[in-house]
Amino acid sequence: MSAYIIRRLLYALPILIGVNALTFVLFFVVNSPDDMARMHLGNKRVTDEAILAWKQEHGYEKPLLINRSAEGMRVFSETILFQKSIRLFVFDFGLSDSGRDIGHDISQRMWPSLAIAVPTLIVGLAINITFALLLAFFRATYLDFWGVVLCVAMMSISGLFYIIGGQFLVGKLLNLVPISGYDTGIAAWKFMILPVIVGVIGSVGSGTRWYRTLFLEEIHRDYVRSARAKGLSEQWVLFRHVLRNALIPILTGVVVILPLLFIGSLLTESFFGIPGLGSYTIDAINRQDFAIVRAMVFLGAVLYIVGLLLTDISYTIADPRVRLD
Amino acid sequence: MLSVPLLAACGDGAWNNPHKAGESARPIFFGSFSERPKHLDPARSYSSNEWAFISQIYEPPLQYHYLKRPYALVPLTADAMPEIVTIGHDGQQLDNDAPAADVAFTDYIIRIRPGIRYQPHPSLARKPDGSFIYWPLSEEVLDDVEALADFEQTGTRELVAEDYVYQIKRLAYRPNHSPVASLMAEHIRGFAAFTAQAERAQKAFGEEQGENGWLDLRELDMAGVEVIDRYTYRVRIENKYPQFIFWLAMNFFAPMPWEAERFYRQPGLNEKNINLHWYPVGTGPYMLTENNPNLRMVLERNPNFHGERYPDEGSAADRRAGLLDDAGREMPFIERAVYSLEKEAIPRWNKFLQGYYDDSGIGSDSFDQAVQFGSSGEASLTPAMLDRGIGLITAVETSVFYTGFNMLDPVVGGDSERARLLRQAIAIAIDFEEFISIFRNGRGEVAQGPLPPGIFGHVGGERGVNPISHRWEDGRIMRRPIDEARSLLQQAGYPEGRDPATGGPLILYYDTPAAGPDSKALLQWYRKQLAKLGIELVIRATDYNRFQDKMLKGTSQIFSWGWNADYPDPENFLFLLYGPNGKVEHKGENAANFAHAGFDRLFEQMKDMPNGPARQAVIDEMVDILRRESPWLFGFFPKGFSLHHAWYGNVKPHLMANNTLKYKTIDGPSRADAQQAWNRPVLWPIGLFALVLILSILPAVRGFVARERGKAL
Repeated sequence: MSAYIIRRLLYALPILIGVNALTFVLFFVVNSPDDMARMHLGNKRVTDEAILAWKQEHGYEKPLLINRSAEGMRVFSETILFQKSIRLFVFDFGLSDSGRDIGHDISQRMWPSLAIAVPTLIVGLAINITFALLLAFFRATYLDFWGVVLCVAMMSISGLFYIIGGQFLVGKLLNLVPISGYDTGIAAWKFMILPVIVGVIGSVGSGTRWYRTLFLEEIHRDYVRSARAKGLSEQWVLFRHVLRNALIPILTGVVVILPLLFIGSLLTESFFGIPGLGSYTIDAINRQDFAIVRAMVFLGAVLYIVGLLLTDISYTIADPRVRLD
Repeated sequence: MLSVPLLAACGDGAWNNPHKAGESARPIFFGSFSERPKHLDPARSYSSNEWAFISQIYEPPLQYHYLKRPYALVPLTADAMPEIVTIGHDGQQLDNDAPAADVAFTDYIIRIRPGIRYQPHPSLARKPDGSFIYWPLSEEVLDDVEALADFEQTGTRELVAEDYVYQIKRLAYRPNHSPVASLMAEHIRGFAAFTAQAERAQKAFGEEQGENGWLDLRELDMAGVEVIDRYTYRVRIENKYPQFIFWLAMNFFAPMPWEAERFYRQPGLNEKNINLHWYPVGTGPYMLTENNPNLRMVLERNPNFHGERYPDEGSAADRRAGLLDDAGREMPFIERAVYSLEKEAIPRWNKFLQGYYDDSGIGSDSFDQAVQFGSSGEASLTPAMLDRGIGLITAVETSVFYTGFNMLDPVVGGDSERARLLRQAIAIAIDFEEFISIFRNGRGEVAQGPLPPGIFGHVGGERGVNPISHRWEDGRIMRRPIDEARSLLQQAGYPEGRDPATGGPLILYYDTPAAGPDSKALLQWYRKQLAKLGIELVIRATDYNRFQDKMLKGTSQIFSWGWNADYPDPENFLFLLYGPNGKVEHKGENAANFAHAGFDRLFEQMKDMPNGPARQAVIDEMVDILRRESPWLFGFFPKGFSLHHAWYGNVKPHLMANNTLKYKTIDGPSRADAQQAWNRPVLWPIGLFALVLILSILPAVRGFVARERGKAL
């Protein structure tokens, strides 16, 4: 398996180079450093000197690809490409356009993202699978029909509606939890309730429908019929056999997003005031802090590749027939 | 449902209270901010969202009087107002209102009060032998530190004149990227030379110590800035620049202890985001004790604050409003200010209504919920707001939003009568009264000239009417009828808006960076305004950078722009139309590229004059030129609306001062009672939900049991 993992990691390199090249072109060629400087300096007293000074401060005054005024390896290293893009490969994210250390910010902000994303995933997964198994159990009955109708209705509603509606209903009308905010340490729990509830409810419709489909596909297989013929109870059949055999597609959907939990949710974090990486990214986009956007795009690509690799590995655990050679 | 018992065990406060238990009853201010500040270094910071914090921490020598109108400067850390000494070319002292041509330089001699001390700060912590505890910083200490509060020891020292001089040198030091450096280089003697000298020193020093090392600016001299004694310093201004006095009330001229900058420059601290941009050090009433701009910023009372008393002078209206009730009392009244990051308008507004924020702006979504207009157009609160004791404060801002013509453009620009009449016709046609009503919920005042109310030179009422676009009728300012605009257009040679060159409608171009779907209605409105004249307006929407490019190259034709006053002086607005400030030729702030010899001559005369009838007469003449030439459609002056709860006291809008937290009061017990009353948890829907859940599960359980007991087929 280790040979497989090494091979997959090597495959990842050209993907990351491609992602990096694309973001480099977008952020430095399409949008020049002069444009960035003007955007950051605002409307008042934007002189040529101020633009040059801003570029110097952020290291954007260097040539893009080749520094002909330098010597030796500095011809390549003293360029924007090397300083701003290639260093990402060693996870040196550098400083944001407002001067903060991006690596330090990421290391601090991933915890609030995880604090919301992990319980949302676990609770959501448990509820979705339970509901899906129930619907599979009561398949072709009125419970199944109305359950599916409810799921379709829920998945047709925008996530933003759940957020605003949840804040209005739970935080404002019922006065049960703070509408938004966050705190450090144990005091954070009361701020987590509403985003987790909203996150779970928002995923129930699509999740339950997806898992129901998986279970229904399994439920007609021969081994299920054999189990029933052996006199096993229906819940034993569902939880012991069907669930286990449906694990591969479940893992495909779940494990791949595990690393991405670090990155958080753009919308949820923004509306609930969670200081995670989701709101970090959306803030950076709004403020046009491209150093952060580049870092987050690269990090997202790395985590996605890691997620895919973990998915493959998880198959070997869920199904002993799978071998990674 | 599982959370309910946990919430019930939360304590005495409301369940949805986002603040810590017991804090509501204390004199703590709770506010919000929507965008995290970028820089808190007073040499760099120039945004209102940054000044909202640092103005409570840093203290320049002067400040604005909180209650007096028109705005008046008073000493802050200075012992008295600066002594201004005007020297002529022959070295003799002149009167301060001597003509600029006779003046060689002007000295501002500022004496600060002894005994003022800095807030507790690790950079000032010393050992018994006098050496610094945290300089140089050991690896062991650095390893244990993640935020400034992790440094266990703090110290203080007295504020001295050298700290002010050091800060002025910091403005000139290029690596600090001060936005006012180029402006100050024009006025402070030796400023530009100091920049060059510091650059050379930095280069030599950088080779030795590395780029991030601390260059001791005290060792370099700036010709025009000098420490006279421990508490006195002098700033020498080339020629004369009367507006300099206003800069002395801005954070750029606040003191900086050199020890702090040296401390922050130590290796390893910047990597932990511990630097002057994030952890200010000042002498003001508050100090920043928590800086997590991703979550919360907390200001706490500075235990070393030198003390200041609430002003005892104000108008009769101030007395009636209770703004003088605290006259003579020691400030600050609020012990702590907690600002939470709140990026979305809906949660911010709801939390204000719940009593968890003490003040709030009014977004367009919630405007109708909060404000209603009477028959004569006056704004008042809705009954729902009045029931909660919420107060409304309105103030016309010292800003102008205008629509400009590029005077370099061959069609709308230039000095020809044809172009002038065309501009005047458009000045009548674009109905900013309608604009304010549709797009700003009535929050604005149509501008009759470039100077907003509150700025010397502004004339209101009948005398202040722009006769080109408006007239005085029945005691009110009325826009001229569109027929007059059509007549002007005919005189310009565009009858019914037809271009004689093409025979078709005259086509004009409006350049704007507003390209999103939200701007569609606004741009359509502009098109409709010119359609009234038969002119076809083509919208050239682009991104912000392309728009800036067009402005710099002078390829735009009609555009909209705004300006917010730096200081309350007409020079700060009229310079936007001064020829040598032209954007294309001089890269200045005159975006219309207006150049008029008469206007420029009057501007040069006006800018150095003291406020008075003579200056007013010159300004009137200048405004007349602008109205006649119409390089701008004056647009409107925005009106700020803000709300505050009844327990938040001494609230008076001040458009120039930012250090106003110290004047405010909080009645904590009233706030706690109101929060409790407004936020009682409603539990019955949870019971109902549980019941519905059980009832919906029951058929499933029954079905399951029946199936289990049923016979196999």
